[in-house]
Amino acid sequence: MLKITNLQKTFNPGTVNAKTALSGLNLTLEDGDFVTVIGGNGAGKSTLLNAIAGVWKPDYGKIELDGIDLTNISEHKRAKFLGRVFQDPMKGTAPDMEIAENLAIASKRGIKRRFKWGVKKADKEQYRELLASLELGLETRLTTKVGLLSGGQRQAVTLLMATLNKPKLLLLDEHTAALDPKTASKVLQLTNKIVSENRLTTLMITHNMHDAIEYGNRLIMMHEGNVVVDVRGEEKQKLTIEQLLQLFEASSGSKFASDKAILSK
Amino acid sequence: MAFLNALPGAVAEGLIWGLMAIGVYISYKVLDIADLTVDGSICTGACVCAMLIGGGCPVILAVIVSFLAGVLTGVVTGLFHTALGIPSILAGILTQLILYSVNLTILGGKSLATIDPRTNNLLLNMSNNTLAIVVMVAIAAAIIVGLWLFFYTEIGLTLKATGDNPDMSRAQGVDVSRNKVIGLAISNGIVALAGALLAQYKGSANINDGRGAIVIGLAAIFIGLSVSLKIKPNFVVSLIGVVGGGVIYYIVYNFVILLGLKTDFLKMLSAIIVAIFLAVPYLKTTYFKNKKAEPLITTVQSGGDGNA
Repeated sequence: MLKITNLQKTFNPGTVNAKTALSGLNLTLEDGDFVTVIGGNGAGKSTLLNAIAGVWKPDYGKIELDGIDLTNISEHKRAKFLGRVFQDPMKGTAPDMEIAENLAIASKRGIKRRFKWGVKKADKEQYRELLASLELGLETRLTTKVGLLSGGQRQAVTLLMATLNKPKLLLLDEHTAALDPKTASKVLQLTNKIVSENRLTTLMITHNMHDAIEYGNRLIMMHEGNVVVDVRGEEKQKLTIEQLLQLFEASSGSKFASDKAILSK
Repeated sequence: MAFLNALPGAVAEGLIWGLMAIGVYISYKVLDIADLTVDGSICTGACVCAMLIGGGCPVILAVIVSFLAGVLTGVVTGLFHTALGIPSILAGILTQLILYSVNLTILGGKSLATIDPRTNNLLLNMSNNTLAIVVMVAIAAAIIVGLWLFFYTEIGLTLKATGDNPDMSRAQGVDVSRNKVIGLAISNGIVALAGALLAQYKGSANINDGRGAIVIGLAAIFIGLSVSLKIKPNFVVSLIGVVGGGVIYYIVYNFVILLGLKTDFLKMLSAIIVAIFLAVPYLKTTYFKNKKAEPLITTVQSGGDGNA
């Protein structure tokens, strides 16, 4: 379903700040895969997601989704296929617009927008139901400006927006990293629920090894712009953090450089 | 007494500038672009209207063509910005400069074109301020209703989102570049329309007509929103507030003239008003503690790759 071939990206090439973020990465996702992505700072996790989303063009390589070559398609056009939730809770929603208006925009992702009333009565009913499923009490606040919500609420709404029109691929870029532990775990459970109910193919970056092991059916670990560990199925179910660290050291030849990821439970 | 005599004129002219401020509101508040095209496009609207009426064109047609000329100026700025990657503020300055030459050409190389106040069917003229006020209220109301309808359509909502959060917009499949061009086109169309009405009201179009228009527009927005946001913070009330802001601005303007302020200083006064409105929110957050502030995010953990 997703096929990434020899993806390369260097930021600030030819300068002292040159940084190779992706070094010939290959990755293939099967339909319905829920893949957690883990790796130290600078491993290229966000870069990978941004490349798939089309934030910029890769230097080299190819990104295909269901046989469609996305590599040269602009960011807003390939949004048709992708649901995205960002690390920054401020990034996924329009703060000065109502919750219903945000959802209305998301409901037209990948569909031609017209000169028709943006938020219709029937839409509101649907939004109310969807918001109720979040269990955050937002169903009574359709006309509240999103900017008035908390970070966790905004991430939950963004998650809803990303999946309102079932995407071919859901990209979650450490979407719980900026939340307090309790809210983070709530948003994560919600994510798991939405992903499994809709059988969404998902790439989820996390800094939390515990979460990376608990969620999804496949786990990849990145190091210096490439995938160094790829565990799936039953093997992943039985995985422990210690084993994961050993795998990482064996394949990358270095210690996993993120205390935070190891320590966070 | 002199002030009361000047009042109807101040209200009429204030309404025209208030209408222009609606155009500025769309670029500055909705799209989050400080668009300096405005100084040129209001003059373009005035020049086109004056020349067409002078040439015997029906008034209504002249006003429509003026509006379309304004739309075109917005498209130019929009394409400078989106297709050529020029920063928006610079794109506006470039178009504004281009328009100076264009406007001179429209005026036939002269700096002034007059409109005979006896022309049939003039929409408004300073000789009849009551009629001018009625006409301007009607036009402003029509534009506000039109914008209200447009900005709540599927397409209109994406225009709001474009200015509010371009990242979110792109992620939701919104063509941010196209929307900026559309928004700037509408904005400058309205500004040029105000220019066309101003030319009829004053009975002339002058090459220097638009100088500082963006500042007047911003002043009207700040004054208007400081009132309307307290009443109801929605789109329509904001637009009505902006028109009202233009009126208040012109009443104050006439008042300070009557107080004896040299007209040479009026532009400075406008700029200072805007500077104060822009500075106050900053000063508040910098020098006064906001007691209500609560952290929206309790623990921020940097986990990203730190790339662009």
